[in-house]
Amino acid sequence: MTDLVEKNKGTALMVKAFNFVLRYNTIFIFVILLGVSASISDAFFTGRNIFNLLRQVSPIGIISLGMLLVILTAGIDLSVGSMMALASVLVAHFLLTRSLALSVLLTIVVCVLLGSVSGFFVANRRMAPFVVTLAMMTIAKGLAYYVSNGRPIPLKESGQALKSFGSGVFLYIPQPVFLMFGVFVIILLILRCTVFGRMVVAIGSNETAVRLSGVRAGIYKFLVYGISGCMAALAGIISTSRTGVGSPIVGQGYELDAIAAVVIGGASLSGGRGTALNTLLGVFILGMIGNIMNLKNVPPYPQWIIKGLIIIFAVLLQGIQRRTER
Amino acid sequence: MNAAETFSVEMKGITKSFGGVHALKDVDFRVRAGQVHALVGENGAGKSTLMKILSGAYYKDAGKIKIDGEVVNIPNPHAGRKLGIAIIYQEFALAPDLTAAENIYLDHLSDKGGFINFRQLYRNAGELIGSLGFTINPRSKVEDLSVAYQQVVEITKALSEEAKILILDEPTAVLAPREVERLFSVLRKLKQQGVSIIYISHRLDEVFQIADRITVLRDGVVTGSAPRGDVTMDDVIGMMIGRTLTTMFPRRECEIGEEIFRIEGLRRGREVRDVSFGVRAGEVVGIAGLVGSGRTETVRAIFAADKKDAGRILLKGKPLKINSPRDAVRSGIGLVPEDRKGQGTILSMTIRENVTMPRLWKIMGKIGIIRAGREKAITDGLIRKLAIKTRGTESEVADLSGGNQQKVVLAKWFGTDCEVIILDEPTRGVDVGAKVEIYNLINELAARGLGVIVISSEMIEVIGICDRVIVMREGKVEAVLEKDELTEENIMRPAIGQN
Repeated sequence: MTDLVEKNKGTALMVKAFNFVLRYNTIFIFVILLGVSASISDAFFTGRNIFNLLRQVSPIGIISLGMLLVILTAGIDLSVGSMMALASVLVAHFLLTRSLALSVLLTIVVCVLLGSVSGFFVANRRMAPFVVTLAMMTIAKGLAYYVSNGRPIPLKESGQALKSFGSGVFLYIPQPVFLMFGVFVIILLILRCTVFGRMVVAIGSNETAVRLSGVRAGIYKFLVYGISGCMAALAGIISTSRTGVGSPIVGQGYELDAIAAVVIGGASLSGGRGTALNTLLGVFILGMIGNIMNLKNVPPYPQWIIKGLIIIFAVLLQGIQRRTER
Repeated sequence: MNAAETFSVEMKGITKSFGGVHALKDVDFRVRAGQVHALVGENGAGKSTLMKILSGAYYKDAGKIKIDGEVVNIPNPHAGRKLGIAIIYQEFALAPDLTAAENIYLDHLSDKGGFINFRQLYRNAGELIGSLGFTINPRSKVEDLSVAYQQVVEITKALSEEAKILILDEPTAVLAPREVERLFSVLRKLKQQGVSIIYISHRLDEVFQIADRITVLRDGVVTGSAPRGDVTMDDVIGMMIGRTLTTMFPRRECEIGEEIFRIEGLRRGREVRDVSFGVRAGEVVGIAGLVGSGRTETVRAIFAADKKDAGRILLKGKPLKINSPRDAVRSGIGLVPEDRKGQGTILSMTIRENVTMPRLWKIMGKIGIIRAGREKAITDGLIRKLAIKTRGTESEVADLSGGNQQKVVLAKWFGTDCEVIILDEPTRGVDVGAKVEIYNLINELAARGLGVIVISSEMIEVIGICDRVIVMREGKVEAVLEKDELTEENIMRPAIGQN
């Protein structure tokens, strides 16, 4: 009799542990990956490698956080990769004739405006976000090529301030990484503590209920695309600051990486679920996979396959978690 | 045993509960071949449930079903179809982008290994449609057909599956009078072919035209069954209603003031046709009527959840410009929607996040940073006031019972300064204890001087809590009853159009 009781207690505990793992699965995957990486390669946990990794994921991290907001409203933004390229080119272009502050500001404004155009069609004209941002993606790409004439724009004398941002450190941490964490904190606070953040999540969860509560849902759906544009701009500026050139071909495929990061972080593409922390962890997880495979000299093409498999695995876990919740 | 005595359908002792609530209790129901048997009853009497059990959409808890004298088991709709049972719902189950012929043969499009012989398909479809006395082009896309023709396609589909038992759920709700006649001619043809027809409808005048036998359900129990010739419409009405009024409605001593809310000439398509009425401060006005009478559509048009075609809305004599729910809320109107899970609350969010939604900006200050302490305090207050049974403000609404979920929706409006509140089926799916609490809350709202509008399909509820009742039918206000005129019969008659 006591055996049975013991056994039941044991299984109950196991079930609890299982549910716990499921709930925080993103963190678990992150930690496990950290452990695996550290054990496979001695070079992983060095300061140099970690900082390199963080530097590399900064643009994607910022874009993913903007993508999170859009996905929370049950939308999607496919234009971020191209907008990043446009921003990279624009800031270099403006720096030829204007001050750093003005160049950065103008670049951000342009991208926010383009994002807002997408937002208008989604929120006001009720068009499908996929289609609208797909169109914007091609438009932004075209603009990037147009402004740059298809060639990279190197930063000259005037661009040195920007370059020093890209390579500079602050408290031993690369400045672009600081920017990423800064954006992370802002988005985190927005989502947790502001009305705006609450509404964004609510709209993705049940837009009808939000509207019937007398809230103007359209405004929020509109604004998130502008924010996403701003994030793409920051990413593009970072890219230029690090390479020293404004290039129309950066950021290709970044929209998919951002979506992957958000999804690995547990957000639902149908909106209403997702957190800033988990998205950032998703970014790190993706970054680590590439990083560790590079350290072990895995050829690039298999890397893609493995990356894809990990994405499927992570999303499968999310699905199981969601089903056991209800 | 001669052929006329066997029944094509025999349901005996059918019982079904949903989560402790009895939908059907020991129901017997039989249909002969070539007979039209009408099933009538109020909203929620159990008609649809019984037929869903027959067609396989639901599974009975107890009882026996016999088809052509043989006991059968119907665990799913597929099994039902194989037994020759076809059910046509009010909403139709057609694929609008496909042609009529493709829809008719949807289940068996291909004879040989996946390839469709379209010529044969269209020819066969055309023949089947013709056998019902209609000419519809089998190549036309269903979405291009009129509703009446779509219905014919549905019936033809049932025929193509060689249905011997045809169930029609409120078939004439979407038809014009002329089309109803054509439907009846189709049904008579099918009768001659030996098909058994079960006809669910509220419209007693039509039932008396087409049915051979009438069975009445009330609260999940059969209250009467007879050949059409043996009963009058009054008899049937009597079998449909006539419950004893329980004393579960809290008394109200309320001062009813001046008129504060008025709707004039509200119009929206075919669903809301020139609706006008007024509500006084402290008054509870009920809107009664059968499913499809336009009640929900009317209040949604008032709240601008749907765009109205015409109409004036006046609050305290002043005309309001309401083009969106936001305008409505700002003007002081609140809505508790019919579908609390899909429209009234955000299930995945907490009680706190739900109840503060209509006025989040107002209570949070300018930059929009949520003051967690204040929000929690407000929520705690509302939970206490409305007696919401929960562990705390952080419980997810999805985890609450139906009654408590409804209270959360109500709580949304309790703290706002709304002057008119509309409640659409506020106690649907709510247990008795919570119902009483909700009635008390409604009384309190009225006591505060609000104008309260309640849509309800439960007649005793309407009689118990309202000061005045508007009865709607097919989008129009059919009758307005004062408190002393409130009886079930006075409500039911205008609701079904029998004055």
